[in-house]
Amino acid sequence: MAEPLLSVDRVTRRFGGLLAVDGASLTAEEGRITALIGPNGAGKTTLFSIISGFIEASEGSIRYAGEDITGESPHRLARRGIARTFQIVQPFIGLSVRENILVGAHLRHRTRDSALAAAEQVGREVGLNELLDRPADTLTVAGRKRLELARALAIEPKLLLLDEVLAGLNPSEIRDIVPVIRSLCARGITIVMIEHVMQAVMSLAERVFVLAEGRVIAEGTPAQIATNPVVIEAYLGHGAAAKLGASNGQ
Amino acid sequence: MKALSPIAAVLAVLAVVPLIVHSNVILNFLVVALMIALAGQGWNILGGYGGQYSFGHAAFFGTGAYVTAILQMRYGVNAWLGFAAGIASGAALGGAIGALTFRSGLRGSYFALVTLAFAEVLRIVASVAPITGAGVGTLITLDISARAFQFQSRAVFYWVILALVGVSLVVTRLIERSRFGAWLMAVRENEDAAAALGVDVSRVKSAAMVISGAMTAASGCFYAQYFLFVDSGIAYGTWISIEALLTPIIGGVGTLFGPLLGALVVRSLGELAKLVAGDAPGLDLIIYGAVLVAVIWFSPRGLIGGAVQAHKRLLRRLSPGTSCAGEIGRG
Repeated sequence: MAEPLLSVDRVTRRFGGLLAVDGASLTAEEGRITALIGPNGAGKTTLFSIISGFIEASEGSIRYAGEDITGESPHRLARRGIARTFQIVQPFIGLSVRENILVGAHLRHRTRDSALAAAEQVGREVGLNELLDRPADTLTVAGRKRLELARALAIEPKLLLLDEVLAGLNPSEIRDIVPVIRSLCARGITIVMIEHVMQAVMSLAERVFVLAEGRVIAEGTPAQIATNPVVIEAYLGHGAAAKLGASNGQ
Repeated sequence: MKALSPIAAVLAVLAVVPLIVHSNVILNFLVVALMIALAGQGWNILGGYGGQYSFGHAAFFGTGAYVTAILQMRYGVNAWLGFAAGIASGAALGGAIGALTFRSGLRGSYFALVTLAFAEVLRIVASVAPITGAGVGTLITLDISARAFQFQSRAVFYWVILALVGVSLVVTRLIERSRFGAWLMAVRENEDAAAALGVDVSRVKSAAMVISGAMTAASGCFYAQYFLFVDSGIAYGTWISIEALLTPIIGGVGTLFGPLLGALVVRSLGELAKLVAGDAPGLDLIIYGAVLVAVIWFSPRGLIGGAVQAHKRLLRRLSPGTSCAGEIGRG
């Protein structure tokens, strides 16, 4: 089997006395959607920030496309083709939607005209084509999430790290954006997504890693994870799996 | 090029002024205003487009002025070459300060304080170092000839500084339309988001500082040639740091014509306040300060920013159907 596009090997991160990520390992196969789930405060976003170079790992290593990328700066990683979105959206609020996407598009397009054309295409792909000339700060939550996605796509990534792009959206908005994510995968982009919306994880991801208290406590297909007692306990508390099993059995 | 036509129009209007106005007082006023506009445009590249508010652009202005004067008087270098060397030194100083401050991650008010410190250190050094003439300053010998970059007529000086302002406007416009400009504005809005999109934040900021330093230094070089005298209080004094940041802020921070408009308005205000106040000492400064506070109060994005906003509001009122909930909510 070929080497996975991304492999995180026993990464640890301490903030003072707090162990945010504790020897976590995960892999993302090329062209697939991998999900990273876990209770609040499990260290998912910290792990993403380590992979994308914003936070340094205290221990462990990260390999991407066959090379060791541990400790590389965010802009270098972006140039290598690793894009991320932010859980708390970070639009360039003084700029229009088009200009926001343009910043990303410029990474692969030197001239303004070709970058503008690329930005417009990405805008259409994520469904922002009607809003391109609006100031970014007038967008709704759903619009801002789409803008995060559009900017990340504009750098033409090979690996896309999505940090809760569905959080805060209503069911119909989720229904609208799930096909967009699926189409990105179909285009050959490898996706790792942090997500709390389990319905989306179930329908999108092929492989799921579960993080709790900084450790990867389980991995498997969505179906395996949904019935894994360890995972259920991590979310619902000690003994929950046994109780659920008992009530199901009766 | 369509993008440059507004610049051409503004320059054309300003270029005919000396043909109509012959008063030396007015021409002198305009020359100084344009010189400040040039210094302000330098600040605007870094502060307006890049969001890095410098309180010490005197460092560049003074370096330009001193290099021009010292090369001529101590080393017999041709004035035009001295002028070019002054601009180059401003760029180099910008690169050096940029490397020192941005590499170490200084942002916001820390950056502002460090730039202020650089300017003050340079001022103190210039006031004691023999090469600058220390407390006496450096006088450029009067030699009215084109070769020595000295002109009998104020009109010629006016056209020279107008040409320099024109170059700064064109450079600014080209930056606005370039990849570098898009990255610079992204850095201003959000450094982390910019880095995530592949922008080398500290490099972009340093490059902006080089361009910014060169422009403001050009203004200093012009000062030396126009007044033929430089001392530490003029060259590295806080007055020019304040003028360089005040003009773009009043005119419209991060806009092409902001510094030019701001310089004309701020300078006119200063003169008007003097007329109104008459002989009462300090009253002109109070009036001047009050008007500046009022402008910032009512139009925090400067005159151009305020005008753009008013225009948008008017458009929205004229076509209520197209406005959307988000914008109404923002008021």
